[in-house]
Amino acid sequence: MNALQQFLAMGGYAAYVWPAYALFFAVLLADTLAPRLRRRRVLAELRARLARQSARQERKPLSTPASP
Amino acid sequence: MMNRPSLASACAAMLRRDLTLAWRRRGDIAMPVLYALIVTMLFPFALGPEDTLLQRIAGGVVLVTVLLAMLLALDAMFASDIEDGSLEQLVLAPQPLALMLGMKILAHWLATALPLIVIAPLMAAMLHLPGVVIPVLLLALVLATPLLSLLGAVLVALTAGTRRSGMLLALMLLPLCVPAVIFAAGAVAAAQQGLPWLAPVAWLAAALVLAVVLAPLACAAALRIALDA
Amino acid sequence: MASWIPLWLHKLGSPPTFYRFAGALQPWAMALALLLGAIGLYGGLVLAPADYQQADAYRIIFIHVPSAWMSMFIYAVMGVASFVALVWRIKLAEVVAMESAPIGAAFTFITLVTGSLWGKPMWGTWWTWDARLTSELVLLFLFLGVIGLYHAFEDRRQGARAAAFLAIIGIINVPIVHFSVNWWNTLHQGSTVNVFGQSKISADMLWPLLTMTLATKFYYLASLFSRARTDLLALEGGKDWVRKIAEDEASR
Repeated sequence: MNALQQFLAMGGYAAYVWPAYALFFAVLLADTLAPRLRRRRVLAELRARLARQSARQERKPLSTPASP
Repeated sequence: MMNRPSLASACAAMLRRDLTLAWRRRGDIAMPVLYALIVTMLFPFALGPEDTLLQRIAGGVVLVTVLLAMLLALDAMFASDIEDGSLEQLVLAPQPLALMLGMKILAHWLATALPLIVIAPLMAAMLHLPGVVIPVLLLALVLATPLLSLLGAVLVALTAGTRRSGMLLALMLLPLCVPAVIFAAGAVAAAQQGLPWLAPVAWLAAALVLAVVLAPLACAAALRIALDA
Repeated sequence: MASWIPLWLHKLGSPPTFYRFAGALQPWAMALALLLGAIGLYGGLVLAPADYQQADAYRIIFIHVPSAWMSMFIYAVMGVASFVALVWRIKLAEVVAMESAPIGAAFTFITLVTGSLWGKPMWGTWWTWDARLTSELVLLFLFLGVIGLYHAFEDRRQGARAAAFLAIIGIINVPIVHFSVNWWNTLHQGSTVNVFGQSKISADMLWPLLTMTLATKFYYLASLFSRARTDLLALEGGKDWVRKIAEDEASR
């Protein structure tokens, strides 16, 4: 346990070392997650657009009197 | 296109047109000048009236204030020409676009930077800059302001296709104008300390020569990118 | 297209091919980045001895120095991709240039903050107007300017070309800023900071540093691939291959 405490204390510089590492991982995590979230949004928008298009195409034949 | 006018007369016509337009909106010319005076006036109130402190910061304050005042007017450089479509005509005109843009930049510099240079001694005097330094300050301004106009013109051309956004322009111009501010302020500071000030002025002049040659070309290329849909 | 470009490279430039290629490589690049990062950090934080001058505070360099190198490396990649995008009008080059900018800005930001966290105990100040630090700050503004200009345009491709032009102007600007700040420091006799000291870095510290450098390179590759894939989906929204991906993902 003592070794771990010594490691975490960083020779008295813990207040500088660990925030630096925390920031490093936080920024890179945000950078990794951002494209994934955007990808989900882009695909959802695309699907919504496709759904609207196909709905419009189905409605068109209905307006003509020949269709059932 | 019969009887194509010579290049020199086209340049003169462009310059005359832009200066006439600027003269018709005299109020807009006065704005940056007023802004610079107000900002300079605020410094003694913020820092206290001690002569030594004001003297020490005077050169830098005048330069940065002039830069900010120019930034204020930069946005409008091509704005009216984009609105009425005359810039797109210029792109299609037989005259070289870079040269015509160079004339527009010159006109813009005459209309915005020159008044600022004229009142710069007044601003310097408000901050008690020693009289012997004022010629160096003016020389630095004469070299640095066209540099900023030229660099700014490239960036304004790049944003020509967007909705106007002054903050973006400031963000883009800041990294580019750091060297100009450093050398201009460095020349003034050196003169104030009685050191030789020719080297930074020479660097400024070299940068200006380079910018005069390259910036109109870059401006034309940027405009072609920003306007082509 | 010039004939000297090999056919496979030409094919790779087409969005659907690149999408598949990047999708296949992205997990491997990320895995390598995590593995190398774990090894490098273990070596740096645990195995490497404390520095005799800087004690344990120097351990920040294992993230600070690789991030600083990455910020410049990514700017160089962005500059080259911008040049290719403007000269040959290759869509993929535009995507690579524009999607590199946020990653570069992230690394530049990390460099600046970890640098001041390192500087505070070492030099007793969070910030000093040294040429290296100022250049890094200017680099951050350049990245932000590129990102801002790109998003200011309604048309994505037009925005990418304008921002690519700005990136090329910036590449010329960085050495000029470095030079001018150096000159400015001699004038003002400011605090010149000797970042690495005179001591040569020992092997115990060097190998974790180099491993971390490799890890950040692979991380960049992974992040770039995942960003470029997303961007291609957004750009090519109307095309069949994207439509198929959208439908496949919905059915899953």
